[in-house]
This record gives sequence, structure tokens and C-alpha cells, in this order.
Amino acid sequence: MSEKIFEVDHLSLHYLTRFGEKVHAVTDVSFSMKQGEILGIAGESGCGKSTLVSGLMGMCIPPLYPTSGDVRVSGESLMNRSESDIRSNVLAQKISMIPQGAFNALNPVRKIKDIAADVIAAHQKQGSPSSAKEIYQRLCERFDLFGMDTQRVLNSYPIQLTAGERQRSVIGISTLLNPRMVIADEPTSALDVSTQKEVIKMIFDLLEKGIFSTMIFITHELPLLYHVADNIAIMYAGEFVEMGTAEQVVKDPRHPYTQALMGAMLSSESSQRSRKPVAIEGAPPSLNQTIVGCRFAERCTRACPDCKKNTQSIRMVGDRLVRCDYAK
Amino acid sequence: MPNDIIFSAKNVSKIFGMGKKAKVAVDDVSFEIKDGEIVTIVGGSGCGKSVLAKIMLGLYPPTTGEFLYCGKKITNLKAHWNEVQFVFQDPFSCFNQFFTIRSQLEDSLNILKNKPSRAEVKARVDAGLLAVNVKPSDIEDKYAFELSGGQMQRMLLARIFALRPRVLIADEPTSMVDACVRANILDYLMKLKQELHMTVVFVTHDIGLANYVSDRIFIMHEGKLVNVGTPAEVLDNTTEPHTLKLLDDIPEVHNAEWIKHS
Repeated sequence: MSEKIFEVDHLSLHYLTRFGEKVHAVTDVSFSMKQGEILGIAGESGCGKSTLVSGLMGMCIPPLYPTSGDVRVSGESLMNRSESDIRSNVLAQKISMIPQGAFNALNPVRKIKDIAADVIAAHQKQGSPSSAKEIYQRLCERFDLFGMDTQRVLNSYPIQLTAGERQRSVIGISTLLNPRMVIADEPTSALDVSTQKEVIKMIFDLLEKGIFSTMIFITHELPLLYHVADNIAIMYAGEFVEMGTAEQVVKDPRHPYTQALMGAMLSSESSQRSRKPVAIEGAPPSLNQTIVGCRFAERCTRACPDCKKNTQSIRMVGDRLVRCDYAK
Repeated sequence: MPNDIIFSAKNVSKIFGMGKKAKVAVDDVSFEIKDGEIVTIVGGSGCGKSVLAKIMLGLYPPTTGEFLYCGKKITNLKAHWNEVQFVFQDPFSCFNQFFTIRSQLEDSLNILKNKPSRAEVKARVDAGLLAVNVKPSDIEDKYAFELSGGQMQRMLLARIFALRPRVLIADEPTSMVDACVRANILDYLMKLKQELHMTVVFVTHDIGLANYVSDRIFIMHEGKLVNVGTPAEVLDNTTEPHTLKLLDDIPEVHNAEWIKHS
């Protein structure tokens, strides 16, 4: 039953700049996911979240290159395969991605129905509906399922829709071919709170109806992740620094970075009114050189001289993983 | 004293379009904003909050009603912008890609009535950069695309520190950045208020932010101000349905009922 459908083994990725420099954007990321699990990944801008997503889909398009490690979907490796092979055999069928900016993801001069038909044409070979009419019928069925104003949305250009409708159309198109797993890269960070809730509701609706069951949800809003994810991984400077259940990570963070991240959050509650959100001083280390010691040491309030010397390895603290020698 | 009131709006409406296609963006709002106050306008997308901010900037004249700045109608925009300045959501669209940031920050001081001398311009821009913890030498000869989103948002604030306006209108200044950078930007905005005794009008959809920074909160819905008061009045034990909905939609950790987890 608890078959591992997605496994990531010590995955490292780097960018090659035009000066021949390597930028190690993702370092030594390992995790595995069971059927039906929702994993949340959080971290600040530039920590390598979106690069990780490219790696997880096997889409290492230059200047991004895999350094080492492996990604497997139901035992099938995605590393070192050609772009066209991944495109026609993996994407949209096994793994699908919900992109960040719905407006940028949709072609402005085509109607939603045409964009969706393109996705079917590009990714599905066997058993594909042959005529345009069949494709349209299938689209209507799926969009009806979401409770959307199907006819109007499908026959609109992206600019005629609201931000929420656009994001929901993108989710609809991404999950059209019933992928086994979905990677949502900040699907709600450009939306206001009410629209955000609508979109999350739709994602849960899809999960309930069995369109897909396993999801990686990426965002920088930890409170949102608490409600969405079963497990949360916190990413900093290309590494996972803490990984545990949502309850553990949000309510009782152990890594100094997770604690600092929670301290920077704002709340609407009256008890929190006078509490000042604390920004983390300094900037993450530059990833184009080898970093000795803990990557967070420069900004950590509890760092000791040893932290800058000893490279921290991820270890079990209680029943979660933490990359800090001093975490209890 | 009329000078105590920065903005006063009496039955202000803004309608776009004509006839059947008319769209009421701001619907009959009346309010006063006092000197030195921090007011936050909160509402969902499309509720008219940005239009209201643009009315304050003089970019849109109200269709009906009377909108006054310090007791006078806004007629001369350049004079108005001497005292009322703004920070927008997307810092990249506020800077020209083809000029250095430094030269644009210096150019922005040209709007001042008493044009400062060349040396003073340089000194004020340096001071503005230092106020947001950026070493002036770090951005010398830098262009907009070379900086990150958080850094660019700080450049916009550096401009405000250099211009020292009386009123600042900030339209979603933190919606494009992550939580750490947001806390950082808020620090500087509070510093602006403390050091320059500035009146600040925030426009945001983030009630958590409003809760932290504001003296008064305006909740806006479909062009109308539906709930106005101090954070305690507006947010604690409110019965106003639109405020309740906004509060309910925030994914607070303590709000166990936020979404049904299957």
C-alpha cells in the first residue's frame, strides 16, 4: 500500500555561467514520497526552490545541469534523459507542474481551449482524442468538475479572466491528463487571501475526486503550508535544513533558520498586534564557491565559532530531520 | 487648524466608462486622514483600493464628490508630488532598465521646488541609501536587472528617504517579496514614519500587515469603505461580514477550520 511513488536521492544541481563558473543551486536533497502524501517546501526567494522543481521533473535545460543524484517516479529514473523524451513520456502524464505566474504561463493570443488542446497534443500519444470536437468535450467535462463557468472560461482569452480564474484554468490544464503527481510552484503567491483560499479549495477538491493524489507544494508562506501539507521541508541556500510533519515544523521549529522564518511572519490576531516581525539580518551565502561550515552561520543568532568550520549534516532530532549540530 | 487634516474626501466616487459599461471603482467614500497617521486600506483584488490611492496621488480626478489635500483641490501635480510620494508594488517597472539606479535616484530629486545643488543631491541620495542599509558603493554603476526584488524595493524606499515627502502612499509594497524581506521593508517604513514624521497610507490585502503597522484600518469592498477604525475596533470581535470573510480567509496557524483537510 505504502508504495514509494517518488524518490529523490542526494540530488545536486548546478548552473554553468557564461564565465565557466558553477553555481551550486541545489545541494544534496533527498526525500521520498508515498502515494497520497503532500509535501510542502518553504524557503526565502533565491534559495533554490524553483531550480529544485526543474530537477524534480528531469527538465535540466542548459544552463542548468545535474551534478549528481537521482530522481525516480515509480522506480523510473528521470536523470540524464533528453528533453523531448521527458516532454513526451513524463510531463503531464506522470508529473505535472502548476506554474507560479498564471498570466505568464498562458499564451495571450490564444483562447484557453486552444491552449489546453495544445497540452494534450504535446504530451499524449496513445489513446489521444483524435478530433478537436472530442478534445473540447473532454475539456468541458473536466472544467465542469471544478464548478467553473466552463463555456465562458474556455472561450476567453487569458486577459478576459480574473486572476483567480486564470490560476484555476492553469491548474485545470495541468491536471488534464491525470498525472500521478503534481508539483505546485507558488501557485498562490500572486493572489489575495480570498482568491488564494479559492485556489487551495480547488486543489483539495481535485485531490478528493482522485484526479491526482500526490503533491509537492512550494511557497514562502509557512502558515499556508501548515494547512496544506502533511510534511514540510525548509530549504536554505540550496539545502534542506529541516524536515518533519507540518505540526512539528510550524509549531515547534528546531532549526534556527526555521525559527527565524516563523519570527518574520505577520498575524492578524489581537494578541500579536504589538509583536514586531523580526527580519533575518544579512543575506544568504553566494553559491558559486564551496562553502565551509554551516550555510546559515553568518546570519544565525546562536552561531558559535565551530559552526563556521564544521559542515553540518542532516540528522534525526526526535522524529524529524534537522541540519544543525546544536538543535535539540 | 485645517493643516492637521492631510486628506479629506467628501462623497468621492470614481466611475470608469459610460452608460451601460460604466464601472464604479470607488463608490461614495468619505474620510479624513490626519497628519502623522498610518492608515491602511485593506481589501481583495478589484475592490478599488488602488484607484483610491491614485486619487490621493492626483493621478485620477474623482468623478463626483470633493477630494482635498490640506484643504485644497489637487491642481498642480508637480507641486502635489513635492509633498506626496509613492511606492508601488513592482519595483522593476518603476526603474528604467537602461540607466543606472544611481542616476535615476538623483534624477528623482529634480521634482523638488527648491532644486538642491549637485553636491547636495549626491549627499541626499547617499543618506537615503544608507538609511536602507545599502552601501552607496555597492550600487554604483548598477542597473535594475542586477538586483534582487527585495533590494529593488529598498531602492524605492531609498528614494523616499532622499526626497523626504510629507505623505507617502505605498501601494502593495510587500506583496512581491517573501516574508523575511517583508519584515525588513516594514522596518524601514516604520523608520520613515519615526524619523520624518511622515503620514503613510498603505494599500494592501494583507490584514496581518495592517494589524501590525496601522493607526487606523479602512476595509474596502466593491468601492465602499465598509469598516473603519483602529485595528482593535476593526479586527477584534467584528460583526461586519466583509471583514469577517477577509479574516477567515487568512491561513492562520491557529485557525484550525481554515480548510477541511481530507
